[in-house]
Amino acid sequence: MAFGASQMNTINENKSVLCRSQQFSLVVTFFLCAAVSQLGAQSDTSKRIVSIVPAVTEMLFAIGAGEQVVGVSSFASYPDDVNSRPRVGALLDPNIESILSLKPDLVVMHESQTDAIEQMRRSSIEVFLYRHGGISDITGMVRQLGRRTGQTTKATTVAKEIEVALQSIRTRVSNYHKPRILLVLGREPDTIRNVYASGGIGFLNDMVMAAGGINVFAHVQSEAVRPNAEGILAASPDVIIEIRAEGLWSDNKISGQPNVWDTLPAIPAVQKDRVYFLDGSDLTVPGPRVAQATKRLAKTLHPAAFKSR
Amino acid sequence: MPTDLKHSQTAFSYRSYSILIVLGVTAVSICAIGPLIGPTTIDWRSVFDRTIPFAENVDAQIFFIARLPRSIAGALVGAALASAGVVLQALFRNPLATPFTLGVSSGASLGALIVVIGTPFAASGLPTVPLASFAGAVGAIGIVYALARSGGQRLSTSILLLAGVTLNSLFSAIIMFVQYLADYTESFQAVRYLMGNLDVSSYTPIVWALPLLIVASIGMSWLPRSLNLLTLGPIGAAARGADVLKTQRVAFFSASLATGAAVSLGGPIGFVGIIVPHMVRLLLGADHRLVLPASAFAGAAFLVTCDVAARTLMSPLELPVGVITAILGGPFFLWLLVRAK
Repeated sequence: MAFGASQMNTINENKSVLCRSQQFSLVVTFFLCAAVSQLGAQSDTSKRIVSIVPAVTEMLFAIGAGEQVVGVSSFASYPDDVNSRPRVGALLDPNIESILSLKPDLVVMHESQTDAIEQMRRSSIEVFLYRHGGISDITGMVRQLGRRTGQTTKATTVAKEIEVALQSIRTRVSNYHKPRILLVLGREPDTIRNVYASGGIGFLNDMVMAAGGINVFAHVQSEAVRPNAEGILAASPDVIIEIRAEGLWSDNKISGQPNVWDTLPAIPAVQKDRVYFLDGSDLTVPGPRVAQATKRLAKTLHPAAFKSR
Repeated sequence: MPTDLKHSQTAFSYRSYSILIVLGVTAVSICAIGPLIGPTTIDWRSVFDRTIPFAENVDAQIFFIARLPRSIAGALVGAALASAGVVLQALFRNPLATPFTLGVSSGASLGALIVVIGTPFAASGLPTVPLASFAGAVGAIGIVYALARSGGQRLSTSILLLAGVTLNSLFSAIIMFVQYLADYTESFQAVRYLMGNLDVSSYTPIVWALPLLIVASIGMSWLPRSLNLLTLGPIGAAARGADVLKTQRVAFFSASLATGAAVSLGGPIGFVGIIVPHMVRLLLGADHRLVLPASAFAGAAFLVTCDVAARTLMSPLELPVGVITAILGGPFFLWLLVRAK
């Protein structure tokens, strides 16, 4: 939360900086009260939002601010409503002209897009900075967006629901033995060359932990790891889960698939036939569907924990 | 390129022979030692212990699946790229020619990327990426050759060179375009492919590449004498009885074939094809009867060494081998340029 607050350059914050010489805490309290008392029709809540971060777009729709979203990323795919919004580029190719033409009062951008952010500021458009983080950052951001869009109540509910759902998953799997997991994000087709997997940082690693597993590369301080065949053999995962964003592995495709992992038969996951393929953007977008995705992982890892209801 | 014809067709000195033998022995021993080194400590007794079933023997799998094929692939790719470099530098009489000058590698890369990005999960069971990359290489070879032949009877090396360079930029542009269309994950995969990677983790790609490499080396074994003559220029070579067109053709196709096979095996690994031949010429002079086999040995030794560094320096992460060859190769090449002055 602390980092979230510093990211958001809202008018509120600027004002409170000006008032620092006076009684700081009093001013903050005043603005909080003001924000709470004036939910809805509020002058400093954003009414026209352009989000080029798919995860934030999902959050906005989830907290009931979908109507305020007037432009989305070229990679946004969820919910279906995003298809009715104009697409304005993404991380590497934000289309500044299209963004400006939508006359937004708030633009959501990746923290690394320094040039585009600068251009927004020059046009006096507020920017909401997004940084890739862990699971706790997701709920923190949902709450923050709630305040920004005047949907505080709904946002709080959504964030709470996510936290409760995650907690119930953790409780369900807590009594089971934690398998060591290789979470594969990509590789060359038909081989296990150029595998890249989740490292010890980020929401994917958090999801593995919440789902009752141990990431074999948890000790690597990086979001993505590029292990070679030797590294994978040495890590000896009990379970291999391959995830992809879109439906490459619809059910009929999985069957009849030669299992490329059979080339490394010493891996416990291969011996015990515990190699799984999961697809869907819920697994790859760190958005409000994180609990749902974590549940899918947990069900894959611990089917027994979810059998008896 | 420096030539010394008086020496080129005479017997070699004792020193030259011994350097060649030393290079050969070094190459073989580095290829043998390479798989013994790695980030994981393995138990050597169980590696060769036949009583443990292979499917359960982690040590044996690390050695026979993760390391040995890599070393073999590294040796083959290194030898192929270095000798292709020698042949092309002689063919163009240009010390800056590399196996990648003719657009073969960018053609191969384009083929591979279309598969990596276009079909994230093919179900053929074939080594799709190597095949596509070889198809791309053949496509590039065909285009360049057709252009160079269009001028008339003799193969125009200047058209060959220009067509190759132009094709390289054209393919690179298409590669960028394909990458631009891909999403982050695929794009990342593509970038990683372009850095080169010898982690073949099975013998299949080696088996596929081997016949091509054998054909290429048969072609190359015919070349050294004619290449020595070709350094005089096509007219001078013809005056001395060389079949210029045949030499050019064999040189072009064997070098291209070797490059195509090497790229399909390890991706576009740069600098091997340029630093190794120059290093060898510094040691042995310009006679292709020595330079060609010596470059193949040195290329194999160099790439296997670079690959050992790639997989151990930052383990469990792996450095792209292309990065290591370029970091070693770049400064060396600059030094060479300054020194040549």
